[in-house]
Amino acid sequence: MALLEVKNLTKVFGGLRAVSDVTFHVNQGEIMGLIGPNGSGKTTIFNCINNYYPITSGDVIFKGNSIKGMKTHTICHLGIGRTFQVVKPLSRMTVLDNVTASAFCRINIIRDAREEALGILEFCGLIDQKDKLAKSLPIGGRKRLEIARALATKPELLLLDETAAGLNPSELDEAIELIKKIRDGGITVLIVEHIMKVIMTISDRIHAINFGQTIAEGTPEEVANNPAVIEAYLGEAYAQC
Amino acid sequence: MGKNLAYIILGVIAVVFPLVVTSDYYLHLVIIALMWVIIGSAWNLLAGYTGQVSFGHAMFFGIGAYTAGIFVTKLEISAWWGMAFGGVVAMLIGLFVGWVCFRLRGPYFALATLAGGEIFRLIATNWEELTDGMVGILIIQTFTSKLPYYYIALALAFLSIYVIHLVMKSKWGYYFVSIREDQDAAESLGINTTLYKNISLLISSFFTGMAGAFYMNYMAFIDPHVVFSLHYISIMAILVGIVGGVATIMGPAVGAFIMVGLQETFRSAFFGLAPAWTSEAHALVFGLLVIFVILFLPNGVVGDWQKIRRNVFRIGTSSS
Ligand SMILES: Nc1ncnc2c1ncn2[C@@H]1O[C@H](COP(=O)(O)OP(=O)(O)OP(=O)(O)O)[C@@H](O)[C@H]1O
Ligand SMILES: [Mg+2]
Repeated sequence: MALLEVKNLTKVFGGLRAVSDVTFHVNQGEIMGLIGPNGSGKTTIFNCINNYYPITSGDVIFKGNSIKGMKTHTICHLGIGRTFQVVKPLSRMTVLDNVTASAFCRINIIRDAREEALGILEFCGLIDQKDKLAKSLPIGGRKRLEIARALATKPELLLLDETAAGLNPSELDEAIELIKKIRDGGITVLIVEHIMKVIMTISDRIHAINFGQTIAEGTPEEVANNPAVIEAYLGEAYAQC
Repeated sequence: MGKNLAYIILGVIAVVFPLVVTSDYYLHLVIIALMWVIIGSAWNLLAGYTGQVSFGHAMFFGIGAYTAGIFVTKLEISAWWGMAFGGVVAMLIGLFVGWVCFRLRGPYFALATLAGGEIFRLIATNWEELTDGMVGILIIQTFTSKLPYYYIALALAFLSIYVIHLVMKSKWGYYFVSIREDQDAAESLGINTTLYKNISLLISSFFTGMAGAFYMNYMAFIDPHVVFSLHYISIMAILVGIVGGVATIMGPAVGAFIMVGLQETFRSAFFGLAPAWTSEAHALVFGLLVIFVILFLPNGVVGDWQKIRRNVFRIGTSSS
């Protein structure tokens, strides 16, 4: 069953069509990859899904109902969590308080919210940093904090925007493990990622875009062998190898 | 433990203070300082914790004061009833201000509160049937002694600090600080930022309005230029918060005593020891003080207490 359906999504900024008539769906329980070269509109699609930007045309369906035009915080309560590519830590709050604030999305009692937050910090490997201010975390920690915070809202669908970018190789493996663990915990994942190692190993299916338009969709092998994708995206990346 | 003991000692001193210091002059200063504890704490909840800086808290203060005054002059009800309703009426105005401004981001809120304070000053000046305009409102004080006012101010100051302390330890407190830190992140984490900014504003305007109503009761005289004053109320609220330490529970309390002390020192030209012109210099000194605090104590006296201890008292503390 499709948990999320993006239908004919179009987003125009002034004269720029950042996303143009994109249609795809995410099945319950899968990891869906969204790829495309820089500036192709991936982050914009995320921003349209949780109505951070209003949609120009098209529709977003979550669990069978349109969520188009709903408030961003309402969409979070419905069960869509997200991370930001440009991380947005609550800088002058501790790591634990960052996650506790998010846990209040489902839990009203402070002790329970903290308990939940501690569990998630453990899960994300941040437990040792819990009393540090968020602004003092290195980039790897901040990316994890983005994930931890989104998880604390108990989403059914998690949108991950380049959570592996800027990580070193060992952190990368940990990130892959973490994302798999999240999926195994029953959360559906839509992931944007530039790093091929990550996206090809963990995605069940991949949707590829370029200049805001769909160019391919299928299994990782299918997409990796698609001429349009190689031309637009992999070609650029592999040409440098 | 040590902290609790300090609070208990502070409480005892506060309660016995007027029994020891019987000078009406000093009692008056402390009553005014306690009133500023309320306003400063209220401003701090909104600006310091929630990140919505108000340049117009005189609006809520003046509305509270006028509510209490008009209760007496027009409704012939005790101005003490105005104490409860002053806060509520200020809250209603706060609701309107928030409803209008919080949909927009950026400096709109700060500018709107600045304008709001001035608008209400003009309304109070010109709506003479209701407010008696520039003549102001004069009532008869309930008590001739300052003692009852002292204890009322003390109770209200304690109440406002305690309520804000409880709020900040609750889900609301987490939400307020999240909004201050990053509004976009807060929204995506399920926080209805508009709603919670309004809640913060409502609590803040309530306490400020209550302080205004207390002022009416205590001073027995108000006019538009005093209670809606940009300089003496709105800016003073900001100074109390900044000097004491924004986003700290005790900061505004400390800031209130420092600022009222400074203000009085200048008003009285250093208690008559300095030439009279020094009393004109206080605006300048307040300006310099703000620059000093922003440069050297960006977290205020309370927020930067460890730094002050290290540098001023040279008491060794654990490294920062
Ligand atoms: N708020 C905005 N206003 C105007 N243009 C925007 C805005 N946000 C994005 N764009 C433009 O839309 C296009 C798509 O940007 P987007 O950030 O979605 O790309 P992306 O695929 O996430 O790229 P990257 O891989 O670099 O993160 C770009 O041309 C970008 O400049
Ligand atoms: Mg992007």
